[in-house]
Amino acid sequence: MDLQTITYIVVGLSFSLYLGIAYWARAGSTKEFYVAGGGVHPIVNGMATGADWMSAASFISMAGLIANMGYGGGLFLMGWTGGYVLLAMLLAPYLRKFGKFTVPAFIGDRYYSKKASAVAVICLLAASITYIIGQMTGVGVAFSRFLGVSNETGIFIGMGIVFMYAVFGGMKGITYTQVAQYCVLILAYTVPAIFISLNLTGNPLPQLGLGSDLVGTDMTLLSKLDQVVTDLGFGKYTTALPGSTLNMFVYTVSLMIGTAGLPHVIVRFFTVPKVKDARSSAGWALVFIAILYTTAPGLAAMAKLNLHGTINKAVMDVHNDGSVTINNGDLFDNNNSLKHSERPAWMKRWEATGLLKFDDKNGDGRIQYYNDKTKDATVLAKAEAAGWKGNELNVNRDIIVLANPEIAMLPNWVIALVAAGGLAAALSTAAGLLLAISSAISHDLLKQIWMPDLSEKAELRAGKISMAVSLLIAAYLGLNPPGFAAGTVAIAFGLAGSSLFPALMMGIFSKTMNREGAIAGMLTGLGVTMFYVFAHKGLFFIKGTEYVDFFGGANFFFGISPNAFGAIGACANFAVAIIVLKMTAPAPQHIQELVESVRIPRGAGGAVDH
Amino acid sequence: MDRSAQAYWSTVIKLLTKVLVVWFIVSYGCGILLAPALNNIHLGGYPLGFWFAQQGSIYVFVFLIFYYARKMGQIDEEFDVHED
Repeated sequence: MDLQTITYIVVGLSFSLYLGIAYWARAGSTKEFYVAGGGVHPIVNGMATGADWMSAASFISMAGLIANMGYGGGLFLMGWTGGYVLLAMLLAPYLRKFGKFTVPAFIGDRYYSKKASAVAVICLLAASITYIIGQMTGVGVAFSRFLGVSNETGIFIGMGIVFMYAVFGGMKGITYTQVAQYCVLILAYTVPAIFISLNLTGNPLPQLGLGSDLVGTDMTLLSKLDQVVTDLGFGKYTTALPGSTLNMFVYTVSLMIGTAGLPHVIVRFFTVPKVKDARSSAGWALVFIAILYTTAPGLAAMAKLNLHGTINKAVMDVHNDGSVTINNGDLFDNNNSLKHSERPAWMKRWEATGLLKFDDKNGDGRIQYYNDKTKDATVLAKAEAAGWKGNELNVNRDIIVLANPEIAMLPNWVIALVAAGGLAAALSTAAGLLLAISSAISHDLLKQIWMPDLSEKAELRAGKISMAVSLLIAAYLGLNPPGFAAGTVAIAFGLAGSSLFPALMMGIFSKTMNREGAIAGMLTGLGVTMFYVFAHKGLFFIKGTEYVDFFGGANFFFGISPNAFGAIGACANFAVAIIVLKMTAPAPQHIQELVESVRIPRGAGGAVDH
Repeated sequence: MDRSAQAYWSTVIKLLTKVLVVWFIVSYGCGILLAPALNNIHLGGYPLGFWFAQQGSIYVFVFLIFYYARKMGQIDEEFDVHED
């Protein structure tokens, strides 16, 4: 069977599995629709949270960004896992005890104000919709390559499928579908990584392989990679920083607090039976997430080495069965550069999507892949002596994971499995986000604020309509995305971390924080972050409306990148909230008592409606 | 011993602080601020700072959450505020 047929079969089978489960578990009442009856085991919940969490950004995009960034890519790894520690300790058990099933409902009650709740809905929508745009970028990349359709068609197909099971299944459908999705995506991620690690280092575990010697040599994989990339003018893999140490620090903070502030993740912890389970559930979620996150760095480095090896025989020979012979030749000897006419089939397939480009600048029919913008004069001199006229290969970072098994010459069924995993990752997160959006609009905004006498049926219908509308907006913006999938998603984390995280945390850890402080803080955090992001990426991500030049150019605030700015927004949020609190009356007595009761586990009922 | 809500809460805060100090040291400390210095030490084929940023901190995070969950369970029972 050819690759295309196998891909259709594997993707088709995995989708029928998800849809089957969603249909089987069709939700009845409103409560079941949102929180699956409040009775999901911590391990099951942890696995579903894992699938919910590991989106297109983690699965498709992250390893590609790490491969590109090297050491600095660690900010994604630490940021997206370290946030779980904050979530498990600072928020999850207390929100579970509080027993409301949405974030705006907690904010509204804790800050005794419908206005606060409405502001929380706005923050939630800003973060969730930005997040879905990132997912749609990933969906587009995955479909365009594997189903042989254009990026646009890919986004539309993905949109239809997310809509189907999010709307008709609800949370219960989603919890068990996501367990299935977790299994598919973790297999899809680890199987190729194991193959590649074996081929390159003889060690099946990529976590250990990354720290091992290359086959048939006494040279470590990382030192070989360091040597190859620095010789070609790229930053040294094991030390390259994303701009500066400060930017890496702030970026990591932003992702961590965003993890703890993202409503679609928090809502997961309303679905466990007890406060105790909310704590361990976050731990289980992190175990399942860590399997992927500790594999990613190995995958990134090995994919990068394989890519260089494919293009330049001085690095190594990649044989047809995937095994490699490590070489130590002259990178600038033109006989070692791959002839474009002899390029492997995967390069042709990706060229068709436009995500991999070759431009023969010196007209020698061979591919030269190096950093022509390097400041290293030796590299430039060697390149010039070899007759190189600039870098000729352009590889979109988002394709690395999907192309990886092809680059490493793995069997077709592995390539098909990765396609299914990438789609599962993108679609499951999009579905979880849609649910958070729909409950925010139908429950927190309509039922609680605008139309208190809304019937349960009408509320459910309003939820479905808001899912459809937000999906359309996200798909529209996904057609013209503000960055790579993981970058766009990082912005969503910044928005959630700067607006919701401080309000939630102060709601639990300060008894006196009042509605004036919380509202002012949330608006400041969201406003500051959006201002900085829009300055770089355009107003509401519309291209051509960037205004960063008015303020002195890109990263004008101490060299901090817009994707990392959530941490600064959160500081502003805390500061403004505390200043406003000092100027106004503290929270009334009954709210202070409410906070005291939230801090103690005993007496937690099931997640309740109002 | 003091079993009041205040005493319970201050015990919880003490545990949180302890866990967060470790959390900060492995990620921001070893993984970012001290990484250049730690890279002179090697763990197998890994420079140590690089290992903390891309592997080590994640393992520690997993451990921290389960440690916290277990300790909290004990504190809840000690202060008689556990569920059921």
